[in-house]
Amino acid sequence: MNVFAKLGGFLLARVDSAGYVVDLLVRAIGSLHRLPRRLRFTLDMAFNAGVRSLPVTMVVAAFAGAILAMQTGIELRRFGDTAVLGTITALSMCREMGPFITGVILAATVGSSMAAELGTMQVSDEVSALEVMSVDPVDYLVLPRVVALAIMCPLLTVLSNLVGIYGGSVIAEHNLGVSPDLFWQSAREALTSSGTLLPKEVYVGLFKAFVFGTAIATVSCASGLRASGGALGVGLAVQAAVRNSVILIIVLGFIVTWFFYFLTG
Amino acid sequence: MIELRDVHKRLGGRQILDGLTLTVPEGMNFVLMGPSGTGKSVTLRHVIGILKPDQGSVRVDGQEVPAMDRAQLMALRKRMGYLFQNGALINWLTVAENVALPLREHGRLPRAETDDRVHEVLRLVGMDHAAHQYPPSISGGMRLRTGLARALVTKPEYVLYDEPNAGLDPIISQQIHELIVEVRDKVGVTGLVVTHSRACATFCGDRIGILEQGRLAVEGTVAELAHSDHPLARAFLGGDAD
Ligand SMILES: Nc1ncnc2c1ncn2[C@@H]1O[C@H](COP(=O)(O)OP(=O)(O)O)[C@@H](O)[C@H]1O
Ligand SMILES: [Mg+2]
Repeated sequence: MNVFAKLGGFLLARVDSAGYVVDLLVRAIGSLHRLPRRLRFTLDMAFNAGVRSLPVTMVVAAFAGAILAMQTGIELRRFGDTAVLGTITALSMCREMGPFITGVILAATVGSSMAAELGTMQVSDEVSALEVMSVDPVDYLVLPRVVALAIMCPLLTVLSNLVGIYGGSVIAEHNLGVSPDLFWQSAREALTSSGTLLPKEVYVGLFKAFVFGTAIATVSCASGLRASGGALGVGLAVQAAVRNSVILIIVLGFIVTWFFYFLTG
Repeated sequence: MIELRDVHKRLGGRQILDGLTLTVPEGMNFVLMGPSGTGKSVTLRHVIGILKPDQGSVRVDGQEVPAMDRAQLMALRKRMGYLFQNGALINWLTVAENVALPLREHGRLPRAETDDRVHEVLRLVGMDHAAHQYPPSISGGMRLRTGLARALVTKPEYVLYDEPNAGLDPIISQQIHELIVEVRDKVGVTGLVVTHSRACATFCGDRIGILEQGRLAVEGTVAELAHSDHPLARAFLGGDAD
């Protein structure tokens, strides 16, 4: 009985906080018309998010590309088919690894600080202060942050993709005997040979990054706004923000890939 | 006039307000005292419509606050300032920008008029010299003055003060108390002041009520309570309090 009550309580709390996140996102979208007023603040936020996470993202992306090249290279070498290494690295980087890496790093660096910032504001009554001035905290605090990450995550993803492919090319040259010329040529062909300007992989990846950026900012703001109980509460909010962002990145990444490659072919 | 009648409120599984009845007459400072966690801040939040009572009525000038729609709440909040503990300023805005926030956000005033109004209230609270500093770099007393300026910038008829002297030394506290009295006497503001401090209560208050277990345990003028035998009145206002 007690176990079930606890489990029930746990599930209810999960559903409740998921509901809060969705509601927050809907309200942020509903206040999009206020964006022009918040444009400067939004661009500041986006710039800060980019600068703060750029170095780590680039280092991690380079390693991710290298890992991709190694993993596929080990198998390809058995078949003597390492010429397609560039193609595989470029496409997997764009479709999956680039957005994923960027999202995780953004969650850890920018999402955590958003949760800390809004959490601190919540527990020191600054959010209530906005309300009593009839300033909507969603439009004033959440909207700029969500838009900033929705823009910044795809932009950073483009850089991650390029750096990741470069990381792959280094491994290809030094460990798998694929010349940089061959690697880059096959990568370039993979990324330009479709009828559209860029292949589906790139668009799906960028769309994914857009979804991740939106999700990370919304989840992190929601955690911050629901913080209570002083500094300890802010700490818990940051923890929840990063944990939930990473879970969402994985789940949403799966859903987007599934939707574009299996549901709609 | 602010009137609470038989207000009940449960929060976090506890009955915080349990039949609270309280009246703040026009032009007076009503001081609300009581142990920590008894629902003094919760009471203020009901008056400005952030919280709604489970039962009972909250009226400002005869209008029922919980029944107000968005536009009416906005109108109410324009007529009512709220001074939060520690000021609750926005850290990335300067002192002047913080004070201008309520005017800018609802931008009906021209810029020059906004600036004039901001400097007028900053002068009133003695913060004009620090207008371009940021909250993290000023003292607690200065943050509180800025919070008060922000509460006053829309020319409210009412101000709710939540522990206006928490964490301040006696000298700065006394300056804040003098400001609260000045705001009542010169600006004609009706005040609801939450405090623990006897100095604040006796200096700023016209009437005092002490909250216990969700309702007023004692209420009366400063003189009445100072000589009352009620144990709570003695604890909060007696000779060895503060
Ligand atoms: N939004 C809320 N949710 C749950 N509990 C709350 C909420 N706001 C206040 N409380 C609880 O109500 C009690 C009274 O709070 P408060 O009015 O802040 O006390 P104080 O008299 O010290 O100002 C506290 O125990 C607090 O934990
Ligand atoms: Mg309080």
